[in-house]
Amino acid sequence: MADDTFTMDRATWDALVERSWSDFPYEVCGLLGVRPDGGLEHFPITNAERSMTYYVMEPRDLLRAMREIEDNEWGLAIYHSHTHTQAYPSETDIRLAQYPEATYLIVTLQDRDNPDIRGFSIIDGEVTEKPVEVVD
Amino acid sequence: MPVVRIPTVLRKHTSGEARVEAAGSTVREVFDNLIAANPGLAEQLLDGDDVRGFINVYVSDEDIRYLDGLASTVAEGDEISIMPAVAGGA
Repeated sequence: MADDTFTMDRATWDALVERSWSDFPYEVCGLLGVRPDGGLEHFPITNAERSMTYYVMEPRDLLRAMREIEDNEWGLAIYHSHTHTQAYPSETDIRLAQYPEATYLIVTLQDRDNPDIRGFSIIDGEVTEKPVEVVD
Repeated sequence: MPVVRIPTVLRKHTSGEARVEAAGSTVREVFDNLIAANPGLAEQLLDGDDVRGFINVYVSDEDIRYLDGLASTVAEGDEISIMPAVAGGA
């Protein structure tokens, strides 16, 4: 595994796509904890805005999930869905990105039959792709 | 003294410290003392008399928006958490 990729098991990929459909056409969001062995722990978080174009993680759910990730010293990934646009950080995503240590994952449902997930780091406004590698 | 948990993105203003003690009996007093010792935090935390947008502040795990905002009381040994909001949009 190269350092610049994000490894995701098939079950987590499927769970993120399924969750993205669950509140369609509204955006969904959540966190993943990355265990030292690469296993992923999924924390779905309510989109407090319940919007088609915007998400804000509900602050109390966010604290609870972030605490568990920090206390376990897991890595952090932050995901949200784009229901009508490509899986690339929008200007708003970039402007509001405040977790330089995180991998930002975007699930797109733009192509209804071929959902996709892409990963990025966003540091001081600079976006770098971290390709998502799916392992079975 | 209350302890303030500093998120990664703001630790460049606290010499890398993740937890900083600061005196005060309200969040505002604690923030004033925290900022006096770490001036770089001022514009990261406050916008005039309010908490800056897209910053969540919690006292003992309760969001201060559901308490009294910056006037929320803080006891000795309480933990104040600063956590950037996670937000974005298509």
